Amino acid sequence: MSSVLSIEREGERVAAQKANPLRHSLLRAEGVSKQYGPVTVLSDVTLDILPGEIHAIIGENGAGKSTFMRLLSGYIEPTAGTLALDGEHVRFAKPEQAQDAGIALVHQEILLAEALTVAENLFLGRELMRNGVVDDRTMRRLATEKLAELGCLVSPNALVRNITLADRQLVQIARALLDDYRIVIFDEPTAVLTGEEVERLLAIILQLKEQGAAVLYISHRLDEVQRLADKVTVLRDGKKIGTYPGRTLGQMDMARLMVGRDLAALYPEKRAKAAGEAMLTVRDLSVPGFAKNVSFQAHKSEILGFAGMIGAGRTELFEGIMGLRPATGTVELEGKPINIRSPRAVLDAGIGYLTEDRKGKGLLLHERLAPNLTLSALTRFHPGIFLRRSREQDALRAAVEQYDIRLKSFGVKAGQLSGGNQQKLLLAKVLLITPSVVVIDEPTRGIDIANKAQIYAFIQSLVTEGKACIVISSEMQELIGICDRILVMREGRLRGEVSGDAMTEHNVALLATSDAAADGNVGGRK
Amino acid sequence: MTIMASSTAIRPEREWNIGWTDVGPFVALIVLMLIGFLINPDFLSATNLGNVITRSAFIAIIAVGATFVISSGGLDLSVGSMAAFITGITILFMNRMAPEWGIMAIPAGMMVAIVVGLFCGLMNGLIVTIGRIEPFIATLGTMGIFRALITYMSDGGSIPIDRSLRDAYRPVYFGTFAGIPLPIIISVAVAAVASFILYKMKYGRKCAAVGANEDVARYSGISIIKTRTIAYAIQGTCVAVAAICYVPRLGAATPTTGVLWELQVITAVVIGGTALRGGKGHVWGTVAGAVILELIANLMVLSDFVSEYLVAGVQGVIIIIAMLIQRFSK
Repeated sequence: MSSVLSIEREGERVAAQKANPLRHSLLRAEGVSKQYGPVTVLSDVTLDILPGEIHAIIGENGAGKSTFMRLLSGYIEPTAGTLALDGEHVRFAKPEQAQDAGIALVHQEILLAEALTVAENLFLGRELMRNGVVDDRTMRRLATEKLAELGCLVSPNALVRNITLADRQLVQIARALLDDYRIVIFDEPTAVLTGEEVERLLAIILQLKEQGAAVLYISHRLDEVQRLADKVTVLRDGKKIGTYPGRTLGQMDMARLMVGRDLAALYPEKRAKAAGEAMLTVRDLSVPGFAKNVSFQAHKSEILGFAGMIGAGRTELFEGIMGLRPATGTVELEGKPINIRSPRAVLDAGIGYLTEDRKGKGLLLHERLAPNLTLSALTRFHPGIFLRRSREQDALRAAVEQYDIRLKSFGVKAGQLSGGNQQKLLLAKVLLITPSVVVIDEPTRGIDIANKAQIYAFIQSLVTEGKACIVISSEMQELIGICDRILVMREGRLRGEVSGDAMTEHNVALLATSDAAADGNVGGRK
Repeated sequence: MTIMASSTAIRPEREWNIGWTDVGPFVALIVLMLIGFLINPDFLSATNLGNVITRSAFIAIIAVGATFVISSGGLDLSVGSMAAFITGITILFMNRMAPEWGIMAIPAGMMVAIVVGLFCGLMNGLIVTIGRIEPFIATLGTMGIFRALITYMSDGGSIPIDRSLRDAYRPVYFGTFAGIPLPIIISVAVAAVASFILYKMKYGRKCAAVGANEDVARYSGISIIKTRTIAYAIQGTCVAVAAICYVPRLGAATPTTGVLWELQVITAVVIGGTALRGGKGHVWGTVAGAVILELIANLMVLSDFVSEYLVAGVQGVIIIIAMLIQRFSK
């Protein structure tokens, strides 16, 4: 039982734990399943979580990791199966019950009130009281202590708005650890952090383990998993593939277990290099606050990748090019300058952009498929002043056929399609304006393997038709798998280019993260 | 790809996909009529129904315009004051021109009404879109402005229409065509044009897209500013048409003309099935909504159960219930 109020008892408890050679399961999930209507997202998963152990859960997007975490922390209840805490059945109907039982969840997103101070955020909803008024002084003191434990030195009086992303993450962790906890669940904690900050976080996690807590760790970053985890459980398609001792698994083993087949087969075979003349020329493009003086060219029949960490400004750069954000600089398509102040003009000129946020910015989820498909190309569907619905239906039928969109009825709404089918619909929508340059932001986020392979094949076929294709992705494997050339961005600037044999995760990561790498090309290109 | 879905297995989209929001208002309308008949058999007489629907025409016409604004994700609180303001300007113009132009002052005045309505709507739209001010606040402001202007123009009293025009203008409200009162024909015509624009033209699609999700619309190359501004301009034009029908009814504009119309208009749109947060607009539902409101008022007058002074209260209750239904039917 560790909390700010009972830290002194920590030592005794850990000692008692170590004295007991038979470490029994702290939390046990027994055959838990979760169904949403006919869809099974988690199926018959059994797992033991032991104290003083870091247990990593890995799996592809949609493998059921988040669902499993939400089950353990009381956000949802299983449709079948049971949870046992210290060998006794428990039910968590609300997150508060799981918290009371000592389960702390550190959310993936940062959920803090920006306008409040660090201390106010830490104690939000459970303020300490003295004589009927809020006891700010004690809370500030405890906040300072708790944050210091985590190696975070921000003032408890600082507004959350004014502290760095990494510090916010630590505040969030401190908040989760404020109450008594025995099990700490981290959901992709390093997604928003940079190298040094990641190291600090991993040290904290090891420290929690030393103190005897059970740590459940979900991450996409297999290198971290390999360094940290005592045990690794692999989920795939909602099922548990197995639990393995951490040190015995290499990163390739983990990837293979997650995917369930050889990764090589995922990507289409690379074409013999036949990139043509320059299609898209971008010069000195700046998007205030996000991208600075970016210049590059994309060629006919080329798949050009954009790599970088989250927040490197890749999406914002292309939103600038598409006229969706204020930007300066010049953009030319086959030598003709484009007015990047009007999204309509950019689309009409022939640049299509497939957003990374398909639910928020790509599709009208409550609208049926045909109106979604034709929304950016409506002009083609009204010969006179009225829209011709039959033409829209024909276009939908053609798109369903061409992109293999699986649906029960043409009358369904876009929100009822699975992620992969939504992505294919979005691809069809973007291609309906017959662009000569297609920009695809995170082409396979939240999509299952089979659909992934199909999307890659579509991208391949676009460039064989002579289009230029630009792929922005946070999955390095993906970029290396399909691109002819990769440009790397960091902090709003282009930091270099890799191509040919130099396209390795190591080289891309070096350019994307470190100041040490000299700005410029890393081998490869001519 | 090697795996192809056999597209024959996919059910085709039905031409008419009718849901509860589509038929709900009409079912409510029929139920209300039955209740009315049980309370007082005269309720369903052609004269009474004709009167009720004629009276609902102003609200129906304005609410059709509001369907565009609300569908595109906006709101317009100024419609009642705007109607009073346009009525005032129109009467002043007609009275001024009557000595020279005679009866021709009436069609000229109608043109003026339309132009003024379009302009007022455009101003509302530009304040909201270019000025980036919340629709609620922007139109609350113009609501005050229009109301002050009509009060100022009428010196706190009333602006009556010139005697020489009264008889010639009268049929616009009191006349019939093929036995149907003209205001009913006008509102049906307005709704018909509106439903063509909303369901058959490019603009209608853009309007619904902007209201359903601004980002998706923007990323699809649709101009939010243009789409929203046009919606407000349509609203202004509809208010002008309603004002034109309204002038002969009382033959005057007063500072109390159109008070609380915005409440009735928004209620009509919402019980008509259009979501207040934007998205697909239901033009005919809106018309049904306007009739429902007038039917309820009529029932209250005929029944003696509830004082007719409580009409606005009942309308307030209805809009809250309609919103609750929308919230919980999600």
